[in-house]
Amino acid sequence: MSKKIKLILLLLTVLLVAVIILSSCIGAVAITIPEFLSIIAHKAGISDVVNFKAQQAAVLMNIRMPRVVLGVLIGAGLGISGAAIQGLFRNPLAEPGLIGVSAGATLFAVLVIVLEVGFFSKLNGVIGFYAISLAAFLGACMTTFFVYRMSTRHGKTEITTLLLSGIAINSLAAGFVGLLTYMATNEQLPAITFWSLGSLGGASWETVSGLLPFIVIPVVILPFLAKSLNALALGDAQALHMGINVVTMKRIIIILATMAVGSSVAVAGIIGFIGLVIPHILRMTFTADNRLVVPGSAILGAALLTAADMAARTIVAPAELPIGILTALIGTPVFMYIIVTERNKNKL
Amino acid sequence: MIQVKNITYQIGKKELVKDLSFEVKPGELLAVLGANGAGKSTLMKLLCREITPVYGDIMLRGQNLKQYKLPELAKIRAVLAQQNTISISFVVNELVMMGRYPHFEHQPGPHDAEIVKKVMEETGITHLSGRDYNTLSGGEQQRVQLSRVLAQIYDCPDACLFLDEPTNGLDLLYQQQVMELARRLADRGYCVICILHDINFASRFADKILMLKDGQKVAMGAPLEVINCENIHETFSINVKLMACEGYSCPLVIPATIQI
Repeated sequence: MSKKIKLILLLLTVLLVAVIILSSCIGAVAITIPEFLSIIAHKAGISDVVNFKAQQAAVLMNIRMPRVVLGVLIGAGLGISGAAIQGLFRNPLAEPGLIGVSAGATLFAVLVIVLEVGFFSKLNGVIGFYAISLAAFLGACMTTFFVYRMSTRHGKTEITTLLLSGIAINSLAAGFVGLLTYMATNEQLPAITFWSLGSLGGASWETVSGLLPFIVIPVVILPFLAKSLNALALGDAQALHMGINVVTMKRIIIILATMAVGSSVAVAGIIGFIGLVIPHILRMTFTADNRLVVPGSAILGAALLTAADMAARTIVAPAELPIGILTALIGTPVFMYIIVTERNKNKL
Repeated sequence: MIQVKNITYQIGKKELVKDLSFEVKPGELLAVLGANGAGKSTLMKLLCREITPVYGDIMLRGQNLKQYKLPELAKIRAVLAQQNTISISFVVNELVMMGRYPHFEHQPGPHDAEIVKKVMEETGITHLSGRDYNTLSGGEQQRVQLSRVLAQIYDCPDACLFLDEPTNGLDLLYQQQVMELARRLADRGYCVICILHDINFASRFADKILMLKDGQKVAMGAPLEVINCENIHETFSINVKLMACEGYSCPLVIPATIQI
């Protein structure tokens, strides 16, 4: 079994590498795979041979690579958080959005967009540039904390209450976002719309390095909790009987998922579907064992989001399609196909 | 070895378990009997450390239950809970392997695989090995869960095993098999505590019987000592007749007329 898991993870990684290379090569400035490898080798100092144009290297290193890396990070973060949250809630319909992460981020981002003139315009330089991201991350953390506090009593987190509080806070945030949208000027409306559809357009090495720790920490730690998540699938009491500190585990998972999703939403806006569906795809095609689903969701999420972003920036080039639209439009039929095949399989 | 010393558990002013004391030695099978709401499940939760007593102490192998770390505890006691629905579907042998989780870090060793194989033979579910848990019948699921629980403490023959109504949902044959298995485990040295509804099963398989009413002890002792009309009437508010039966050391209990 464990060998099978390793093999699947290896295959997924191969897929991811292929997508990364492909995505780095396709775009307005075409780069062939040999040229790509040559640029990488040259930059890494392995080879002195220069059989590419300087412009190609500049585009790859300054424009395309940061964007691809950003896609990988966000995809991995959304995928792994989705898997962990579904395991935690013992509910395949759960996704990080349910505990208020996205709602809080959206509310705060929209708040910044609509009320921009006041406080944030006075902040110059880097902080001013990142105002929306910072506010969104803050919003994500605050709502999740609020939802978590609401559903925790005597140190125990009631999952049903957590879900219900999440739904409540989502509606509340949606209400406020609606109000702000109503108040917004004609110039601000496109910014709100675009933000809520998601985009990796803001990619630079600065955003990548800012996001990096928020994604790497959850992606490294969560797979270690996979075994405990398996045990949790049997029930809270059963997991406790198996020696798992359920209270601590819930807390860690919520914190890590908020970290990954909150920072992703902060950088790229709302990108739906990945967190919900990637774990399902793995579960339905291979196994429900979280030792595959949790790390696998990170890898497959990264591959899929990078591929989706490649499509988003090439389909209607030179314009760009918001990536949230693509993930939903392509992903949903794929998901429905999987559901139907799964249903037919179970009938037999 | 479990010693329960004057434990009380209350929610608000309602005492669910009241000043209860008893002791179970290694190699003993204790059956807990009581009407619905008598505090059996609360007692089980206290013993599992899902909840802690407001007063009194529970000692496990001479050490206070509170002082154990959870992973330590998982190696020396296993629990078969009453409700066992699982949210994500697992293949049977993976699920039984979960019983070994407290014993390995990431990958199970050959020893763990060996144990999984043995417990599946012992509980008669080897043929279900590759099946999806959620496609099994209730009785099969119960036996799979029992093997998982057994796998957890299989190589620790003086461990404690808590069974919360293990015969629930099983047909006559499997009820019998599960109880025989519990008996065998006790004979091997396990300390087994089992909540049961069937008085006849209890008197036949248990070394001791604890009868509970409103969280308090009605009687405790060997089946022959405690199975009598008065105790049963006190515990279950029902009149019974005792019938000696060939091959049974303890008389069988059958309900007499019910007076409501």
